[in-house]
Amino acid sequence: MKPFDYVRPASVAAAVAAAAQPGAVFLAAGTNLLDLMKGGVSRPDRLVDVTHLDGLDQIETLGDGSLRIGALVSNADLAHDAEFARSYPAVAEALLSGASAQLRNAATVGGNLLQRTRCAYFYDTASRCNKREPGSGCDARDGENRGHAVLGWTESCIATHPSDFCVPLVALDAMVEIEGRGGRREVALDQLHRLPGDTPERDSVLEPGDLIVAVRLPPAARGFAAHARYLKVRERTSYAFAVVSAAAALRIESGMIVEARLALGGVAAKPWRARAAEDVLKNVSPTADAFQEAAWRALTDAKPSGDNAFKIELARRIVVRALTLAAAGTPARIPALPASPFAATSGADHA
Amino acid sequence: MPELNLTSTPAHLRHGSNIGQPLTRRDGILKVTGRATYAADNHPPGMLFAVMAVSSISRGRVVSLDVAAAKRHPGVVDVMTHDHKPRLAIDPEVKTNPFVFRMEVLQSNEVRYANQPIAVVIAETLEAATEGAVLLAPRYEVQSARVGLDAGESFVPPVVGVGNPAEHRHGDIEAGLASAEKQIDAIYETPPQYHNAMEPHAIVASWDGDNLSVDMPTQGLMLSLARIAELFGIAHDKIHIRSPFLGGGFGSKGLMAGPQVLGVMAAKLVGKPVKLVLRREQMYGPVGHRAPTRQRLRIGADGEGRLTALDHHARTVSSTFDDFYEPAADASHTLYAAPAIRTSHDAVRVNSGTPLFMRAPGEATGSIALESAIDEMAWACGMDPLAFRLKNYAEVEPITGKPFSSKALRACYEQGAARFGWTKRPLRPRQMRDDAGLLVGWGMGTATFPALMFQAEARAVLRRDGSGAMEIGAHDMGQGAWTALAQIAADELGLDIDRVEFKAGSSDLPDAGIAGGSAHTATAGAAIRSAGAAVIAKLADLATSDERSPLFGAGNAGVIARDGRLLRRDDESRGESYSDILARAGVAEVEARGTGAPNPAAMEEYAMHAHGAVFAEVKVDPVLGQVRVTRMAGAFAAGRIVNPRMVQSQLFGGMIWGLSFALHEEAITDRRTGRIMNANLGEYHIPVNADVPPLDVITVEEHDPHVNALGIKGVGEIGITGSAGAVANAVWHATGVRVRRFPIRIEELLTRR
Repeated sequence: MKPFDYVRPASVAAAVAAAAQPGAVFLAAGTNLLDLMKGGVSRPDRLVDVTHLDGLDQIETLGDGSLRIGALVSNADLAHDAEFARSYPAVAEALLSGASAQLRNAATVGGNLLQRTRCAYFYDTASRCNKREPGSGCDARDGENRGHAVLGWTESCIATHPSDFCVPLVALDAMVEIEGRGGRREVALDQLHRLPGDTPERDSVLEPGDLIVAVRLPPAARGFAAHARYLKVRERTSYAFAVVSAAAALRIESGMIVEARLALGGVAAKPWRARAAEDVLKNVSPTADAFQEAAWRALTDAKPSGDNAFKIELARRIVVRALTLAAAGTPARIPALPASPFAATSGADHA
Repeated sequence: MPELNLTSTPAHLRHGSNIGQPLTRRDGILKVTGRATYAADNHPPGMLFAVMAVSSISRGRVVSLDVAAAKRHPGVVDVMTHDHKPRLAIDPEVKTNPFVFRMEVLQSNEVRYANQPIAVVIAETLEAATEGAVLLAPRYEVQSARVGLDAGESFVPPVVGVGNPAEHRHGDIEAGLASAEKQIDAIYETPPQYHNAMEPHAIVASWDGDNLSVDMPTQGLMLSLARIAELFGIAHDKIHIRSPFLGGGFGSKGLMAGPQVLGVMAAKLVGKPVKLVLRREQMYGPVGHRAPTRQRLRIGADGEGRLTALDHHARTVSSTFDDFYEPAADASHTLYAAPAIRTSHDAVRVNSGTPLFMRAPGEATGSIALESAIDEMAWACGMDPLAFRLKNYAEVEPITGKPFSSKALRACYEQGAARFGWTKRPLRPRQMRDDAGLLVGWGMGTATFPALMFQAEARAVLRRDGSGAMEIGAHDMGQGAWTALAQIAADELGLDIDRVEFKAGSSDLPDAGIAGGSAHTATAGAAIRSAGAAVIAKLADLATSDERSPLFGAGNAGVIARDGRLLRRDDESRGESYSDILARAGVAEVEARGTGAPNPAAMEEYAMHAHGAVFAEVKVDPVLGQVRVTRMAGAFAAGRIVNPRMVQSQLFGGMIWGLSFALHEEAITDRRTGRIMNANLGEYHIPVNADVPPLDVITVEEHDPHVNALGIKGVGEIGITGSAGAVANAVWHATGVRVRRFPIRIEELLTRR
């Protein structure tokens, strides 16, 4: 394997400085990065291990009622935090629908946000890929692409962002706290990931050295706890990325939707917030017709990037179902098969 | 290799004979405590690490390798290439026997498929060798890849599978179809699949002069040994291969694979022990796979639902440089009675590695198409699928007209259906929903696999201390040979299993043939039985000819061996312990050899197959199209069951594989380059625990006096057959959508709201 430097800075500031040089990357759990390195997809010169930094593994409620999740909190610890799961059930459900139990035990909040696409052409170093090698071309565009993007893609890249966690987070207006060379700043999660445009090599707006230190959910995010679901259609019951997924969260008062949140996963290079759909659900009854209308709005701009037209129809159906499930109310416990269409039927103790 | 001490673990209770007892795995404790030594666990002193560089193109030539850059990398010792390698004694392209397949061992710079080895970097560490392989930065002259079932002009292969004719005709197909009241004409497609044994192919090879010591997983010790001997021009007795445990094989470790030969070559090149282990993605090419198929089934039935014709044609692929043809259509030879049956094959050549035997080759691919088509025909006739199968039950093997050596398929249907609750199944599809509104469907499939036997030898020993030994170079791929064969050995030696030293998994033991074709227990078991009988006969000779023995003169009446004693057959109160017989004779031990082989006379007379019936329930989201199997029950008749626990596990594994075939497994090949785009266990889907429902296995009583002396038919592969079709048929019954391309995908089920 390619030799690289390995450093373990003692502070966030030192970590930022260490990672600001060209060829340096942060290492947290490495559940994605190490695979990329083994496959020669990523060949960093320096790994900046942040796993020992203090103060990044806390889940804390702030004075204003928002929740701050340290970037090193593991996916499993967050999902299994009872208070968290009660307040943000769709986020917990999304976390538990992702990867496998072993990976969730290792993977971190910050790392989840920054995982790379699972586009097979990105991973296959013999293929042309503008994301891996800017300007080389995109072999996915005319390749085996039934899993690729139907929203926000360009001729230069049709990859999707694979995260489940990010989908409800973006629906709930999560903010990302970033420590960079210029100090601390905040970016809305919706603004963190970039659509490919003609620079798909940049997955996010982060600059060299930028370290995600926390994700924050604003006070309003709790307001959806009674009506929030994540739904993920996949090709096996567990340990598979979404073909398409959706997070739906509603505030319902006196039988009317006061506010709706909707985001889609597996359809674009970023978790896809469907604001136009949210708008049509404001101050209407939670009916099948309303949800159908929302689904059409959510996918208005969708177009196939290959053999994947079915994903558009599937996405509409998932939107309707997720909204229907959310309207029916958050279940008292996260189902044994989280986010699965089979969640309501038993047959497994876990996924 | 540490001494295997299997006899002390774990404790068990025995009631009467050893055969038939559900003993737990005798190697289980070694495995769960990490003390079972797999090939790659070996680290002889001075060992170096070899890593293959593999081709990223599927057709063309390697025009340059930056060997200098690789060699400059710290730790790299040497780089083996087409231009720099030990000489082989024979050209690896020469097929010296039908079980030799061509392999890529750097004999030229030609590239025939993606992931073909093109160089081997040998280094002091795995990391250095890995980086050395990257630094080779191969450049290619690329030719356009031939990919898929329509890659070129098709041809009729000379044979399919192992020596089967490509075409069989029985009766008049066109007349049968013309006279039919109902006809089905449907095309089914199955994708390329890869074995994906948990343990990758690995080898640790050490040369000492002309002597070669090898640790590697193999399902065929002597075939591998013979291949090494001819490639390196050394005598058989100079080679020792150890293969005590395999982390799965499924056919991919049946024959010596190219990468394993490269390990031996690398060790020779550097004059030190070398370890070479394939990376997961490197297993998608040089170690075999299941070829894709496109199968057309034309079936006719009369007004009563009786078949009038069954025409099964399969298109498949082979590599551009060797011949193996998935005998998919042959699945239609034995199951259903029809006055006219035709099976035929054609093929195209593609730039992939040569397809090979993969668990139930032919039967797995053919069965899902046949069972789907039979289900379609039952529906066309308005008949329950089980009633339709019973109506067309083959009382004799349809094409040959031979009687079956035994066939308890009716009992399988009956017991499986009863366990599943099949009689409550509505005839029409899309009739059942669960409380959550999910569509529920029930489907079934018939399972079948031939009862084969190969050739094997065993050596049996009885010792003065009252213990015994049985030696046979048998293979435990995880199926339980260490346990099941020891049970047979114990019975044949008339000893408790804990008094038998059972030796297997090494090439210095008698040849056990190949662990394949679901025939290992039958074949090795027959050799063990024969060796056991021979050594008991020798012991009996000592006793019955010795006037001091209570058995003196019992020669005509004969003796029985039981619990370490020989007893007069006509008077069991007269007997003597093995120890006493040997002590008085003044010998430390007696030994004898025996062989196991198929009985040609019985094969001439009878058709020999295992059978089964599998029933599956699926749930399908009516809107979203996601499928989940929720229940499966299989009833199998496979002759004598040596160890019910191992057999149940084998059948579970087969049924899960069938589920996987119907819903999950597919190697996705880039249509332009021929590269496999999901060559990893994250994206090449097999069922995870949450996909596997409660499974119910019934082994149906079946006594077969003809198949072999032990009455064993084998259970390694049959579980896949029937199961794949049962799941596919259940998806149709749930949704009313007949999907004919496997695995069944979500988008196929989105057609209605």
